[in-house]
Amino acid sequence: MRTKHAVLTLWALLVTLPLLWALMSSFKTDAEIFDSPWTPPATPRFDNWSRAWEQASIGQYLFNTVIVVGGALALTMLLGALTAYCLARYEFPGNRFLYYTLIAGMLFPVFLALVPLFFVVDNLGMLGTYHGLILVYAAYALPFTVFFLHGFFRSLPGAVAEAAFIDGASHAGVFFRVMLPMARPGMVSVGIFNFLGLWNQYLLPKVLNPDPDHYVLAQGLAELAVSQGYRSDWSGLFAGLIIAILPVLLAYVFFQRQIRAGLTSGALK
Amino acid sequence: MRHGKYRFLAGALIVPLTLYGVFVLSPYLQAFQLAFTDWNGVSDQPRSVGFGNFARLWDDPLFLAGLRNNGLMLLVVPLAVIALALALAAGTKGTRVYRVVYFFPQLLSVAIIAVLWQFVYTPNSGLLNGALSAVGLDSWRRSWLAEPDLALWSVMAVMIWSSVGFYVVLFSAAMESVPDDIMEAAAIDGAGPVTVFRRITLPLIWESVQVGWIYLGIAALDGFALVQIMTVGPGGPDNSTEVMGLGLYRTAFTFGKFGYASAMGVAIFFLTLSIAVLLLRVTKRERVELA
Repeated sequence: MRTKHAVLTLWALLVTLPLLWALMSSFKTDAEIFDSPWTPPATPRFDNWSRAWEQASIGQYLFNTVIVVGGALALTMLLGALTAYCLARYEFPGNRFLYYTLIAGMLFPVFLALVPLFFVVDNLGMLGTYHGLILVYAAYALPFTVFFLHGFFRSLPGAVAEAAFIDGASHAGVFFRVMLPMARPGMVSVGIFNFLGLWNQYLLPKVLNPDPDHYVLAQGLAELAVSQGYRSDWSGLFAGLIIAILPVLLAYVFFQRQIRAGLTSGALK
Repeated sequence: MRHGKYRFLAGALIVPLTLYGVFVLSPYLQAFQLAFTDWNGVSDQPRSVGFGNFARLWDDPLFLAGLRNNGLMLLVVPLAVIALALALAAGTKGTRVYRVVYFFPQLLSVAIIAVLWQFVYTPNSGLLNGALSAVGLDSWRRSWLAEPDLALWSVMAVMIWSSVGFYVVLFSAAMESVPDDIMEAAAIDGAGPVTVFRRITLPLIWESVQVGWIYLGIAALDGFALVQIMTVGPGGPDNSTEVMGLGLYRTAFTFGKFGYASAMGVAIFFLTLSIAVLLLRVTKRERVELA
């Protein structure tokens, strides 16, 4: 019993210690960081945070991320739900073909598409633009979203929709007012799944978003860490790292049950 | 009810299908075409080179280094993650707070994890060497990412660190759905905890474990973000952390050899697919239904 708790505590420490250490370092001066990795700061240096936010553009990167991820998430959810609903609830020629073509997108590694995708986006003049990233993010999130919600719409009872049709509702009206509200639990799960997937993108922005003014958070932070010129400001980089972690940490504190359930149910589908 | 059905369907599907066709389907198909050319992104007419690109892959020391390193990751990472996650999931039964903590790294971007661990591994001011000194193990201090024998293991440790929590939650959810009376019956029959785990728990949660093998196997063939951000070079020292994805990225976007890079993409695709099918086969078991 005692060893069991020792092991569990050990892993908990392994998970939290690097994060707490980064948090502590974000309040130290560069000299203090180099001097001793363990010692807490003599006085907490909040200016590291403001320097990261302004000079290192973390604030700008966060803003870019919110626009790109917000736009892509809204688009993915709307189009994904609409597509899944049409394929799940309507009989028409080519239905199964479309469904399998769509979910085949989940089988391929993104690396395979990378080179042609770069030129497709380039030819459309969308390299390094918000809308270019939003469209690409949404397109790559679509297969899983459709796959997940297809099963969900299938399982909904048809009687309510029938009744709405008899009452004179249009096809679009039935979808938006009747079926979509009934699919809410599924939308929440796949929404959380997509949000985290899009928030954490690295490869796609690395290739498709070469404009530093439009860097997303993960990309910008990695760029700062890799670029030698910024090496001198370790404390600022630690602060930037913590700023990048905070939004998901806060979301997790408030919605931890839904987030864990959403992500694991997504995996088991 | 049938009124306007096709108009609705056309209106609803045209945008998502166009998006998917332009940004997903067409690049995938073009990649297979480009893989047989020597296109450099500038010439109007890509010249066909047949299977030349694929033949070159077998003489390309960088690609082979990537293949070898991804292969090692494939052998080490899924096994380590699943073993650790099963042990921790069994241990956290009844104590949820651990799972809440363990799961958190799953929410972080790989890029952020890479930056964090680059700091942890920093030789002079990093957490790891600092921790070793603090417990009197000064002789264990290393330049974790600068020594060819250690760098890849250091990267794999980060992969394991970041994925264990997710599988702890996945497996413990599955374990909770195993009815207590089965466990009690086994205990009454004199089965020890190890036997109960091997003969009862594991078979009943096998579906989750199988999912884990496949996901982790596919992830082990990637590793791009961690390597590209954390390692020197990136891919070094001495190509000891080179991965296939990094080779593809460099070939395409540093050297402009887009035809050759596409051939790498095709190779990665077939490898991923084969590994997924293989793992699906190897991990296949009779499904146990709980009434």
